[in-house]
Amino acid sequence: MSFLLAENMTGGYGAADILHGCTLRVEKGQIAVIVGPNGAGKSTAMKAVFGMLKLRGGHVALEGEDITVLSPQDRVAKGMAFVPQTSNVFPSMSVEENLEMGAFLRRDNIATTMQQVFDLFPILKDKRRQAAGELSGGQRQQVAVGRALMTEPKLLMLDEPTAGVSPIVMDELFDRIIEVARTGISILMVEQNARQALAIADMGYVLVQGANRYTDTGAALLADPDVRRTFLGG
Amino acid sequence: MDFLNAIVALLNFVIIPASSYGAQLALGALGVTLIYGILRFSNFAHGDTMAFGTAMTILATWGLQALGVSIAPLPTALVALPFAIAATAALVLGTDRAIYRFYRKKKSAPIILVMASVGVMFVMNGITRFVIGVDEIQFDDGTRFIINARAFRTATGLDEGLALRSTQVITLVTAVLVVWVLFWFLNRTRTGKSMRAFSDNEDLALLSGINPERVVAVTWVIAAGLATVAGSLYGLDKSFKAFNYFQLLLPIFAAAIVGGLGNPLGAIAGGFVIAFSEVGVTYAWKKVLGYVLPEAWAPEGLVQLLSTEYKFAVSFAILIIVLLFKPTGLFRGKSV
Repeated sequence: MSFLLAENMTGGYGAADILHGCTLRVEKGQIAVIVGPNGAGKSTAMKAVFGMLKLRGGHVALEGEDITVLSPQDRVAKGMAFVPQTSNVFPSMSVEENLEMGAFLRRDNIATTMQQVFDLFPILKDKRRQAAGELSGGQRQQVAVGRALMTEPKLLMLDEPTAGVSPIVMDELFDRIIEVARTGISILMVEQNARQALAIADMGYVLVQGANRYTDTGAALLADPDVRRTFLGG
Repeated sequence: MDFLNAIVALLNFVIIPASSYGAQLALGALGVTLIYGILRFSNFAHGDTMAFGTAMTILATWGLQALGVSIAPLPTALVALPFAIAATAALVLGTDRAIYRFYRKKKSAPIILVMASVGVMFVMNGITRFVIGVDEIQFDDGTRFIINARAFRTATGLDEGLALRSTQVITLVTAVLVVWVLFWFLNRTRTGKSMRAFSDNEDLALLSGINPERVVAVTWVIAAGLATVAGSLYGLDKSFKAFNYFQLLLPIFAAAIVGGLGNPLGAIAGGFVIAFSEVGVTYAWKKVLGYVLPEAWAPEGLVQLLSTEYKFAVSFAILIIVLLFKPTGLFRGKSV
């Protein structure tokens, strides 16, 4: 049984559906990546998994438990964490306060988790008293991922974590994401940089017009001539 | 000697009154700015929340006086404040439940909430007048002066007198205490931080599991507390009149916007900027200049830039200048 199973998701923001029977699966401790052309519904699929979108059909299950009707906040309590693509930090609050807010629901001691986040992103420790809004794009993404990790999630969802950061920072972020997955946290992410993302993905989903077009391991998708020609530019 | 006289005159007519007025405006603006930061609308009812809070303080003061409670030489109103804050908090929480929550659930545009708050303002003003009447009420029963003008003159031998009213000192001390507690709360406590987080990025706050209704309720209670304290201090310092607080709304909003809406530090700075400008522009500088300048240069007119009736024009002018040149205010708040 998959850790996360989102089956046949159908729905959209208004009257028109954006997702048409989209299915996503993430195994324990694995990285699943959603790629596809602009407007394919990648981010929408992610939001649907997190409950930010009302589904007209299909269901979402976490560890076998049906969570289709739960609100995003309840899903956080169930062990899901979401890093939005934009405005994903509290800009006027310090890095440390951002992390504390990530752990808002927790009543136990958060010092260990915060130390783990600082170990993962050492730069954040140096800048922990600085306002998150004053950091560079890459550092801000680290704060955003760190905030999400503070809930001690079992599933971490990232919406284009490398959007707008330099290639060097992007490589480093991908390395950190692999490290996070090694600690047993499952990862579901949407990526524009399809080639690099599929290279680290255990499972890849190519979405087109809100439906699955190709589903395979990351390596297999990278090797597939059709996928290469249509989505990876040869 | 002339130079000393000039300083004393300046203290007596500008610095001391403007400081206590500035503190009152700052407390009012803090309430406005908090509501703006968390609930994202300009609360026009804040002035009348102050009026209601002050009315409650007066009622509680009368009750305490009837019971024989006194903390002389301090005014009894200070003991009455907690009761008044509780009553005002109950009123604004009720208002939120009955009116604002409806629009919040519908995710209405801020302007709709602003208009709703105008309605609330009229109703609150009506309630206040109904409860306590429209007459001018003096409820300061403490010692009136710390430094008396005549005593100061005889003691120092200067021509100028210096009067320091106890309410002015109480205003400043209370304002400092309240601001200190507020900032401690916002920066150090879990609830305070969650309020700042909510103000910073509402969606992300929700994703972090922060309960919006709780944040909103705490904000209203704090705003009610600030409004009651600010209103009562203003009433102690001058006198209470149900209509006066409506007129305070303009300088208070000017203070909040000058400082940067949503920024508490800005609200405090804004309060003092507005108060000192208002007092400075409407003060007749003849006396001070007469002491400082050589005799030949002594001004003939009053050197009063605007007559006191126009003091609200000062807030307006500052408001417009700030909105034109620095729309986010001096302390980088949200743009309006």
